[in-house]
Amino acid sequence: MIANLEYGTLQQIWWILCSVVGSLFLFLTFVQGGNTLLWQVAKNDVENALVINSLGRKWELTFTTLVLFGGALFAAFPKFYATSFGGAYWVWMLILFTFIIQAVSYEYRTKPNNFLGARTYELFLLINGTVGVLLIGAAVGTFFTGSNFTLDMYNKVVWTNPLRGLEAAFSLFNLSLGLFLVFNARVLGGMYLLNNINFSALDDFQTRLRKAVWTNFLCALPFLLFVLVSLLLMKGFSVDASGTVSMVAGKYLQNLLAMPLVLGLLLVGLVLVIVAVLTTAFKGSNSGIWLAGLGTVLVGLAVFFLAGFNNTPFYPSKADLQSSLTIMNASSSKYTLTAMTYVALGIPLVLAYVAFVWRQMDSQKLAAHEVVDDESY
Amino acid sequence: MLDVDLSLVNWSRAQFALTAMYHWIFVPLTLGLSFLCAMFESIFVRTGNEKWKAITRFWMTLFGINFAIGVATGIILEFQFGTNWSNYSWMVGDIFGAPLAVEGIFAFFLEATFFAVMFFGWNRVSKSFHLFSTWMVAIGSNLSALWILVANAWMQNPVGMAFNPETARFEMENFWAVLFSPVAMSKFTHTTSSGFLLGSLFVLTISCWYLLKGRHVEMAKKSIVVASVFGLLSSIFVAFTGDEAAFEVAQKQPMKLAAFEGLYKGETNAGLVAMGMINGDKKPGDSQQPFLFELKAPGLLSLLANRKTGSFVPGIDDLVYGNKEHNVMGVTEKMSKGKLAVADLTAFKQARKAKDVVAAQAALTRFNTNKEYLGYGYLNSPEEAVPPVSTAFYSFHIMVILGSIFPVLFLAFLFLTIKGKITEQRWLLPLGVPAFFLGLIAQQMGWVVAEVGRQPWAIQGLMPVKVATTNIAVGHVQATFFMFLAVFTLLLIAEIKIMLKQISIGPEGM
Ligand code: HDD
Ligand code: HEM
Ligand code: HEM
Repeated sequence: MIANLEYGTLQQIWWILCSVVGSLFLFLTFVQGGNTLLWQVAKNDVENALVINSLGRKWELTFTTLVLFGGALFAAFPKFYATSFGGAYWVWMLILFTFIIQAVSYEYRTKPNNFLGARTYELFLLINGTVGVLLIGAAVGTFFTGSNFTLDMYNKVVWTNPLRGLEAAFSLFNLSLGLFLVFNARVLGGMYLLNNINFSALDDFQTRLRKAVWTNFLCALPFLLFVLVSLLLMKGFSVDASGTVSMVAGKYLQNLLAMPLVLGLLLVGLVLVIVAVLTTAFKGSNSGIWLAGLGTVLVGLAVFFLAGFNNTPFYPSKADLQSSLTIMNASSSKYTLTAMTYVALGIPLVLAYVAFVWRQMDSQKLAAHEVVDDESY
Repeated sequence: MLDVDLSLVNWSRAQFALTAMYHWIFVPLTLGLSFLCAMFESIFVRTGNEKWKAITRFWMTLFGINFAIGVATGIILEFQFGTNWSNYSWMVGDIFGAPLAVEGIFAFFLEATFFAVMFFGWNRVSKSFHLFSTWMVAIGSNLSALWILVANAWMQNPVGMAFNPETARFEMENFWAVLFSPVAMSKFTHTTSSGFLLGSLFVLTISCWYLLKGRHVEMAKKSIVVASVFGLLSSIFVAFTGDEAAFEVAQKQPMKLAAFEGLYKGETNAGLVAMGMINGDKKPGDSQQPFLFELKAPGLLSLLANRKTGSFVPGIDDLVYGNKEHNVMGVTEKMSKGKLAVADLTAFKQARKAKDVVAAQAALTRFNTNKEYLGYGYLNSPEEAVPPVSTAFYSFHIMVILGSIFPVLFLAFLFLTIKGKITEQRWLLPLGVPAFFLGLIAQQMGWVVAEVGRQPWAIQGLMPVKVATTNIAVGHVQATFFMFLAVFTLLLIAEIKIMLKQISIGPEGM
């Protein structure tokens, strides 16, 4: 069956797959959000250790999902991979940098003789959760606001802004999206910790987490509203049948109306997140992470679909409209997409064993006595 | 396209080499130690002896410390193809991106998921599921090696693809040819077994140190038995697969072989240099002696390169200037064909732009006759096709000399431990202590041969490194180079300090 798929269908499938991986990543940034909650919610060594150990069992999943996001884009949309990573050099470099320093921090933080000291490793986690997530948001924002590049006859990228991608963070829209993601990650982080930790004799700690979920949601709200309203009002990039790109007023509003499914994903996703926040903050629920996680994935999908479908270039160029990348002109060959689609049949298997192991490991909540032995972080 | 900034090319190389070589300090240890942990744990599960559990947990702690930094250094490599080699990524992403994505789906998730069970599951899952998870981490690590080595092998021996003049990029035609290319297979077997070898050397080194200090004697002896068996088998396998790697190099990258053997004038019945000192002034085509002194095993190079005694092995001069007698086309000739191909490709593109169908077709037909030499069209002189000979020569020979010591070392340890005499052998134990560091050197040397030896090509014969880079001012690359140098060095120091501390603490209760 896969062998008979048309090129256009394959390109859409791969945009969907990349969107799924990207959206799962946004959900898994609960690890990054949790990292930044450390200062706010943990008041003593035991609480500190509980937060780090709870997140420390999941950080690899987030990290690996980011790596897979890169790999999938490379395989399916190599022109995007080349243009964006090579062009917006510094955004990506800084993002990677914050993930490098995060990767060792759980393992090394409490090990004796660890050279940099526990505080430094905690700072690494904080940087990852703030700067890292913020810049990812800014980079995703450029899907709508456009970037500064041109492509020559051989598709070599010329970046026309000396900041090499960092300029993305100076746009109000991109910045708001980034800040929204930072606060959303903190909301998710709080919910994950509520779900994962055994709070017997730690009532204060639990209350602080609930409060954190609520306050961070309130902080996220204005940025979310700003992003949504801007999206509806802004001019957008549009590509016609001949491949010519032009600016169209209300393009993303048009996309939402033309693709009711995407509008649905967006609304249902937002409602799920809000319900999860309310039940967590006021009804004592500890399973908000699942609702809010699903909500985040749906919103993420809506964002990626809005950027890539309905004749929209997903990586538009402000400097030269005709250099903009669409899922048609940036994709791999038909052969490669077909081969990779067979490979992608393995993804459900991967998801299944990840879910199985997660359940096995988390059927008992993480308790204070477990984080004081020397196997713990 | 030819006016490239060479300092940009060299800084990009330096940055890639730096990050790859840091990654390679930790990865081969992961490849081997993960299997050793799985073996120790299997013995524990079979015997139910708590001592084996303590042994397993001790080595696992060290594994975890190493693993974290392996992961930290890996992520940058994945994205560096885009950030620093964006032209490369566009031109070959259609082929090269696939193994990287497959690696993410099938290997990294195995590691990431089961790693958590391996470290935190002792009291949360059943004994057998725990053991299963440990094996999965080992298998996952080695699968990630498979896919990345498939990608690397494709750069050394590009197969299963064709150039598409319409898109001006290389496109995949046969996934299986990419996956099962003989170069990929020999790289995979040689590299993973060299990782097993390094893991065994690591266990050996630490155990010998304990025995010399008279600490944790029982654990050290038990560990040595397992490590010597695994190490002996792997080191023999390393030598066989290394021989296979050299054969593949001779077939697919004769210039690399000539460089790491320091062979300038091709010979029938060529000898293999066992040891030697390169004459640094020697240039291709001149009449100087290549070696200041050398020790040769007659005839062996012909055997190694072509599996046939008395066969002809081309030298650097033959490959650069051509050798009619033995039917070797020189770089000089390939360059003139390559220049035609480059010009015809440009003509084709321009005709397409001007919508001139006839001219486009004509240019395409001309292009097709020379397209396999396209890469040579970007070279400025035939001598540019020669890699740095002395670097390749010394790194290859250091690796091989070390490679012939390890099996003997393991045999000695295995023999004496089985006879129960290991603690009495005061002469042998000090030899075990530096073994791990020698293994690390052999590992790094191996990659230096492989990567420096393929210069100036990013993709053998098709794309020189200088056209592979991102279009960026060199200052940016320098800045990130020093950023990575600083952060990786800091993390490395932390890793070493933590590791040494854990070793001095030792296993619990043994
Ligand atoms: C403990 C490490 C170690 C040891 C003892 C050896 N090797 Fe090795 N070798 C490697 C570790 C390694 C490696 C790091 O894994 C490399 C780098 C690239 C690759 O594919 O494997 C490698 C590459 C490599 C290459 C280059 C392949 C290429 O360019 O594609 C050759 C020809 C050999 N090896 C041959 C040998 C021989 C004949 C050995 C004799 C016993 C030997 N190696 C021992
Ligand atoms: C230049 C090419 C390479 C790239 C792009 C790369 C990429 C990566 C990445 C992204 C990770 C982190 C994975 C995670 O999320 O867990 C990683 C780890 C790893 N890589 Fe590499 N890698 C490269 C070279 C190699 C080579 C040559 C091998 C083996 C032959 C290898 C084997 C591994 C293994 C076993 C790990 C697991 C963690 C550890 O190192 O301890 N990698 N690599
Ligand atoms: C982890 C083990 C590896 C080590 C230690 C290593 C080492 C090196 C070194 C020393 C260079 C510099 C060569 C020079 O410029 O003279 C280099 C370059 C490079 N290597 Fe590797 N390499 C490794 C794995 C890989 C893999 C698996 C790939 C591809 C999948 C790869 C791709 C490259 C590229 C793209 C360059 C830059 C272009 C070039 O100089 O050829 N390397 N590497």
